[in-house]
This record gives sequence, structure tokens and C-alpha cells, in this order.
Amino acid sequence: MGKSLFQKVWDSHSVGTLADGRTQLFIGTHLIHEVTSPQAFGMLRDLGLKVKYPSRTFATVDHIVPTINQDAPQDPLAAEMMQALQKNCDDFGVTYFDLRSGKQGIVHVVGPEQGITQPGTTIACGDSHTATHGAFGAIAFGIGTTQVRDVLATQTMALEPLKVRRIEVTGDLRPGVYAKDVILHIIRLLGAKGGIGYAYEYAGDLFDRMSMEERMTVCNMSIEGGARCGYVNPDAKTIAYLSGRPYVDMSDFDATALRWLSFASDADAHYDDIVRINASDIEPTVTWGISPDHGVAISENIPDPAHASSEIDKQSIEEALAYMKLPAGTPIKGVKIDVAFLGSCTNGRLSDFREAAKYLKGHHVAAGVQAIAVPGSQIVAIQCEKEGLDQVFRDAGFEWRAAGCSMCLAMNPDKLVGDQLCASSSNRNFKGRQGSSTGRTVLMSPVMVVAAAVKGYVADAREVFGMD
Amino acid sequence: MSLEKVIKVSGRGVFVPGADIDTDRIIPARFMKCVTFDGLGEFAFYDVRFDPSGNRTNHPLNDARFQGASILLAGMNFGCGSSREHAPQSLRKYGFNAVIAESFAEIFNGNCTTLAMPCVVASADDVAILRAAIEADPQIEITIDLEKLLVTTSAGHEIPVTMPDSARDSLTAGRWDPIQELLDNNAKIEERAKALGYVA
Repeated sequence: MGKSLFQKVWDSHSVGTLADGRTQLFIGTHLIHEVTSPQAFGMLRDLGLKVKYPSRTFATVDHIVPTINQDAPQDPLAAEMMQALQKNCDDFGVTYFDLRSGKQGIVHVVGPEQGITQPGTTIACGDSHTATHGAFGAIAFGIGTTQVRDVLATQTMALEPLKVRRIEVTGDLRPGVYAKDVILHIIRLLGAKGGIGYAYEYAGDLFDRMSMEERMTVCNMSIEGGARCGYVNPDAKTIAYLSGRPYVDMSDFDATALRWLSFASDADAHYDDIVRINASDIEPTVTWGISPDHGVAISENIPDPAHASSEIDKQSIEEALAYMKLPAGTPIKGVKIDVAFLGSCTNGRLSDFREAAKYLKGHHVAAGVQAIAVPGSQIVAIQCEKEGLDQVFRDAGFEWRAAGCSMCLAMNPDKLVGDQLCASSSNRNFKGRQGSSTGRTVLMSPVMVVAAAVKGYVADAREVFGMD
Repeated sequence: MSLEKVIKVSGRGVFVPGADIDTDRIIPARFMKCVTFDGLGEFAFYDVRFDPSGNRTNHPLNDARFQGASILLAGMNFGCGSSREHAPQSLRKYGFNAVIAESFAEIFNGNCTTLAMPCVVASADDVAILRAAIEADPQIEITIDLEKLLVTTSAGHEIPVTMPDSARDSLTAGRWDPIQELLDNNAKIEERAKALGYVA
């Protein structure tokens, strides 16, 4: 019986078994940011400890950064957090992609961009969307702050092994259906808690054909399905993407590439579960409620609690509809929006802006809609600007902003107001997620976000832009 | 480093209804603008305890009958979403010492254990029984026995619960903060780093 990539990476990074039965796992790369690291550095200082491998630790600032005048936060608490990160990186010798570096951005955009994210490695970050890095065949975990301390101090952490579920998607996507729709569909199918205890291996010819950026979009939202990590096996595309990036050692690259590829799951690998999906069954998918598994195809209706399968389900639908102020059993298409947000670690990369701009060109944002486009990193921003994409967005009535997490979690000034409804390319539609305790989020792909922005309501991009 | 052994946790309970209660709900992101965990307690469940004008809602944590409760009862997939340790930190500082739920999200569960706050899983029926019991008499004392994996109440309930073996061991043996053991393995860590090739 062969091994899955998860098993190979786990075995090669295992330091030993701890007294409580957990594995002490070596973490090859530690990514940190301003929100979940300051307390961890505080704990290191209290214990008189150093960072064990400063050269394997990389920092950037993303969550609280303003997207207008990035380096001049009006919020004194945000300024304090940015200063604390700078000081911690200086004191402990950690590489910091700061605002002046030209490399700052959302931590899950920066890692791959710099070639820090590599196949067959373990990665940890105090952020649940760390699974994004799994697109490269890395095993990447979101962790809490005490674990950030553990990884800083020892480059290891205590962890239970996971089971592996292979999610095989085969066939071609229909026009207007994107990687975001694929992961929203998977989460809808398996549920927000379906992945607890599992790593998700995304496999099948659909993922083989996906670009690295599309794979990142899918892996990014593994946690929304309850899975702590998700990955795609490394292949020629992975190698091509990484070749020549700043943190990739090119001295014996052929050997490196072969080593990376050797981590891919064996053909006879053991899986604890296998799920098979036809790509052609997937429609543009959007959320209607307050959990990422509250998804429907754009052609479908918002659920009706009267038709719920159980009492629990009924209560859950009722709670969600009351919060969302949406009528049961009516089409999701046509729900009025107030804000359109394009960005985040899920969909804030060059290909996302390219694809959205391709369809947005020649259209204008509907009256009364505030639309913002937030590149995932300074490098993405520059790439977009070189291609003139920023101008496409500006001409259409979007605000073109600087890099950061922005309205995905609204720790910076980009927030919904009152019960505004946002068509969002981000990853979470939780109550209050976008900065207002009554704000509402409808998750969708970038092209669906621009379709909604243009129409002023949740729309089918295939109809709006005549895609077929 | 000698840590307290967490074998039994007792206190009054409060039930927070709903499935998939995420860590944004437990501690909204705006309260994470801080460089220490001090003072997070008052913001636990803030946006559901207060309406947008700052008035108290009818959330169970605002219910006078449940003031002083130290055991949180919840539904499925409690603590999902963001990995923010600010969530269990805020619950701990609010005054909770344990959570009983139908199921837990993984990162949250691990974060709680590291703070010596046990998370135990009971069946949906048993959570409903406990809920009804504290509704009927908010003063009843709930005890979670981690060695026996049993929840008992002063009203005579006996409810079996589960938790990961490693969490149970680390709590009952007083090694829920693993830092010392991780540090003690320094030689093995360096050996592993060397063997991996990409670290040095």
C-alpha cells in the first residue's frame, strides 16, 4: 500500500511522539502577521526564549493595514500593532516584508509569490486560511497564538495526525464556473463540519488542469469545510510556478524538482474516504446564509425552512434568513446589494483581477453600489497596474485600493455599515464578519462580484456578460 | 514546569443556542486590535449580547438566571472559522472553565486545551437534557469528570462524554501546555532539521 502526500510529509517531519500521544511535528516554514503574533512574542520574552530558526520565519502585515494610505493608519491600535511587529522582527531577527519592501501583502499571497511555499514541506501560520499553501503540495496548518509561540521557540508543534479524504473532481467546468464555485460546491455538499479530522486531497483531472492560483483558491477554503488543511499534489505546473522565485534555490533545481514531485501521493495510496464529483454538475455558486455551507447555485432559490430535512436544519435556516433579511423560497438572483468587494486571500491574485476586468470592461457599477478592488499584495497591485487593469476597475466605478485583507474581516477601515449587503469574493459569510454586527455577506467568484456590482443585485454572470 | 492537573471541572451552566458558532461570533475581529490578551473577557459574544445601539439583547449570557455560569453548553461545530486564540482567551477571561458541545471545530478545541479549558462532546440528546435541566433550575451544579469521561449534575444526571485521548491525557496529567516537552527534544529537532535538507 502506497502513501498519500499527507502521510509522506507527516512522516518526514515527525520529530517524535509526545507523552500525551501527539506527534511533535517539525514546521519547515512559519509565516506570521501582526494580529496573532504579538502575544506569542510576549510569551517568548516572558520565558526568555529565542526564535529557533529565524531564517525559516517570515512576517508581513496584512489584517489591519489601511488600503488608503497604507502606512498611515488613523487607528492608534493599528499603528501600535504594526510597530510591535516591526520591533519583534528586529529583536528576533525575522525577515519582515514590510510596507516599504514592495513585497507586503496578505500572508497567503506573499508566501507563494516569494517561492517560500514549497512542495513536501510543513507550513504553519496563526491564520486559518494557511491551507492555501496546500496548492503546492505542502501540508499547511492554521494555528492559535500559543502554538505560534511553540513554533517560534522550537520550530515544532504538538499535533494529532489527520485522516485523508480524497475529493476527486473530473470533467470540464461549464463556462462561467470558476475555482471558487468548485470549493463553494464542495463545502455545500460535505458541510461546514464535514472535514473535521481530515486533510482534504483535491484530485482528479479538473485540479490537474487548474492553474496554481486556481488551486490556491480551492485549498484556501478547506477550513470553511472543517478541514484543517487541504492540498493538491505537486506537478509540472507547480515546478514551473516556483522556478526562479526569490526563495527558490536554483543551484540544482532539477534535483529539487524531482524531490518535490516525489511527495505526490502514490497511485495505490490509502485514503480514509473518497468523494467523487462531476465538474459539469457545478454551477456558479453563491451563499444565502451565515455559514459557508449555506450555498446555492445561482439558478436556485433560497431554502425554505418549511422544507427542511430536520428540526435542527429548520432552526438553522430560520436563524440565517432572519439575519440575512431574505425571504424563504425565493430566487437568490435579484437580491439587492450595497457593496461589492473584490480581493482577499481567496481571490485577490492577478488571475482574479484579470478575469474580472475582462468582463467588467465597458460596464459601469450600478448607482448606489460601492465597489472596491483590493489586490492581495503589493506585487499583485503592480502587476495589475502594468496591465492597465486598475484603470478598467476605476473606469467602471470601482475604487482601486492598496494591498491587504481589507473587507474580508474588516479589521481596517473597510467595513460594511449597518445591514449593508456585500457581494464578496472573500471566504466567510459569518454574522458581523465584514465589520458591522448586522452586515450581510454573499460569497461568490470574482466574475460574479463584478456582475453583481454592474447590476446592483446578485446576478448570473453568464447572463450579464453573455458567457457561453 | 509543573502545571495544574485538570481532572474535574464544576460549575453552573449556560446554554448558547445554534450550530456552527464561529470564532468571529465569540470575539468579533475589531477586538483583536491588541498586543496582549488582557481584557478580552468583556467582549466575549459582544455583537450578540449587545444590539448596534449598545443595548443588552436577550442573549443567554445576559440572562440574570445564568450569571456566574462557568460551563458553556453549545451545539454542533462550536468554534469554527478563524484560528484566533482570542476566542478561547475571551471565554476563559469571561469566566468559563469548560465547554460541553455536540462537536467542536479542531483548531478551537486545541486552543482551548492549551489554556487548560476542557472541551467535551455530548450527544445532541444529552445536550438537550442538560439544557432543559439548567432551564428548569439554573442553580444546578454540573461536574465534568475527565478521568471517567462523565458529566454529572446535582440533579442526578449522568451523561457520557468524549474528547480526544491526547487532550484528556494532557489535561489530567498536567501537561496541557507542551512547551517544555517540545523544548526538551531540542537535539531531536535539530537532527530532523538536518535530515530535511531544506531548513539549514
